[in-house]
Amino acid sequence: MSGFQTNSRVIKWIEHRMPVFSFLDHAVGSGYPAPKNLSYMWNFGSLAGMTLVIMIVTGILLAMQYTAHVDYAFDSVERIMRDVNFGWLLRYIHMNGASFFFIVVYIHIFRGLYYGSYKAPRELLWMLGVVILILMMATAFMGYVLPWGQMSFWGAKVITNLFSAVPIFGEGIVTWLWGGFTVDNPTLNRFYALHYLLPFIIVAVVVLHIWALHQFGSNNPLGIDPNGPQDKIPFHPYYTAKDAFGLGVFLILFAAVVFFLPNYMGHPDNYIPADPLATPAHIVPEWYFLPFYAILRSIPDKLLGVVAMFGSIIVLFILPWLDSSPVKSGKFRPIFRIFFVLLIIDVVALGFVGANPPEGAWLVVGRIATAWYFLHFLVILPLLGVFERPKPLPTSISEPVLKGGGSPMGSGAPAKPMEKA
Amino acid sequence: MADTATTAQAESGETRRDFLYLAAAGMGAVGVGCVAWPLLDTMNPSAEVLALASTEVDLGPIAEGQRITVTWRGNPVFIDHRTPEQIEQARDVEVSELPDPQTDADRVEQPEWLIVIGVCTHLGCVPLGQKTGQSRGEFGGWFCPCHGSHYDTSGRIRKGPAPLNLPVPPYQFTGDSTIVIG
Repeated sequence: MSGFQTNSRVIKWIEHRMPVFSFLDHAVGSGYPAPKNLSYMWNFGSLAGMTLVIMIVTGILLAMQYTAHVDYAFDSVERIMRDVNFGWLLRYIHMNGASFFFIVVYIHIFRGLYYGSYKAPRELLWMLGVVILILMMATAFMGYVLPWGQMSFWGAKVITNLFSAVPIFGEGIVTWLWGGFTVDNPTLNRFYALHYLLPFIIVAVVVLHIWALHQFGSNNPLGIDPNGPQDKIPFHPYYTAKDAFGLGVFLILFAAVVFFLPNYMGHPDNYIPADPLATPAHIVPEWYFLPFYAILRSIPDKLLGVVAMFGSIIVLFILPWLDSSPVKSGKFRPIFRIFFVLLIIDVVALGFVGANPPEGAWLVVGRIATAWYFLHFLVILPLLGVFERPKPLPTSISEPVLKGGGSPMGSGAPAKPMEKA
Repeated sequence: MADTATTAQAESGETRRDFLYLAAAGMGAVGVGCVAWPLLDTMNPSAEVLALASTEVDLGPIAEGQRITVTWRGNPVFIDHRTPEQIEQARDVEVSELPDPQTDADRVEQPEWLIVIGVCTHLGCVPLGQKTGQSRGEFGGWFCPCHGSHYDTSGRIRKGPAPLNLPVPPYQFTGDSTIVIG
């Protein structure tokens, strides 16, 4: 496995002039050893990459049919749905692909949160991931505006208005973003340009993300460093096969939604052309923004609400320094595990709050959940590192498997059998 | 003189080269700024957009108690022909207790005509209350369904997350029953 081998003269000829094959082998081939205990939770990184490719391919094809003008945008999307050959398929893949992209990325993020993948020496890797998340959100938001339906228009109006909360410069910033006095044709045009640009910037940051990943390799469910080659297996064929199998399962689910429930995650109001004079009775963002939207609305002050909403993502940047525990994997952190489950419940609760009007009980739940979110990251995680007593770590990746449970204390947290698959 | 200068440089550890670096970088930054501004300014509204800035409205056909919506700069403008009760309601308020204190008299040219921009000052939704049957909120003015802001019969914010009153656009009466907005 040391060094790239081939018998093909063509490959040798190219390799000598530009070592692209040994580079690939080192990146995702047999020359890249990965911990041998990676569970299916480690599928979601490559899955996110595949989803990005699907989005870019369908997006470029859609761009060939779409017209970015307030008078034609809605009709051009309807033409894609009705007249363009397989246009409906293209749009439904792209539209639901956005949702699936977020499902995959959110699982990927919570995987990292549980197994401590953000801890040294992977802080930059994690922070680049947060940059990707922010770029994805901006891209998804601007893409949602393009069909120019009612939700497109009012979503754009509300979100761009967030910047009016900025002291002194707020109004100027918003007018600049719009290119006018309201969301209008200039806004649609610039959103289209940026929606086309940002995915390629995401690709660039993904390259950096993978670069940082390959410096120390993947974290693993035990969160301990591999002791040597005996704890690793080559990425190809082992993890390429596992990733491919995961991709197959993912595509079955994706296809089921694209073909049988294409509008399940959308809003019917977006099939009404944009009307700048009438706000729909109940405007909500796409499901993947709901927890952040709930945080925005939970705080009665406009500026502080906006600050909290952006802060809920920014806090992830400093997470590697907030979590002071030296133990990476949640498997060996009995109290952390409880708070991790509470965080998931908290984020899901915020999602439901975001989907409902900010009144009565929803408002109360929203405020508690918002407070808990920040409490988790800013208070609980720093304190846990001090007060929690972690379970003893296994001495190697092989130990828990070969000795049937690792340490005597380890029996309290049996590994799920699935993870050894 | 030359001696003192050299000594001063040696003591502070600064050299002419440091100065040149700073000057060159500073000049470069100014240059980048000069090029960046026109690029960024292309995204601002152009003169041709700014020129579409006035709307004329005939108030004659609007009966007392009726509200109509006109468009000015792409935004809805609410015109409310207020009843004496509504005017009374708008005046009968302790101004100092309002989130954005303003008397009703400051917000109208003629008390029966209230003209405000129909864009919620929270996040830009169009408040309800222009059409019959729509909720007018707890203060009889307008109600924004997006995040629950209540406006009174003078278009002032009374309850909810919006920070400011509905803005009054610049307008003037050009006749007994015509106005020009903008």
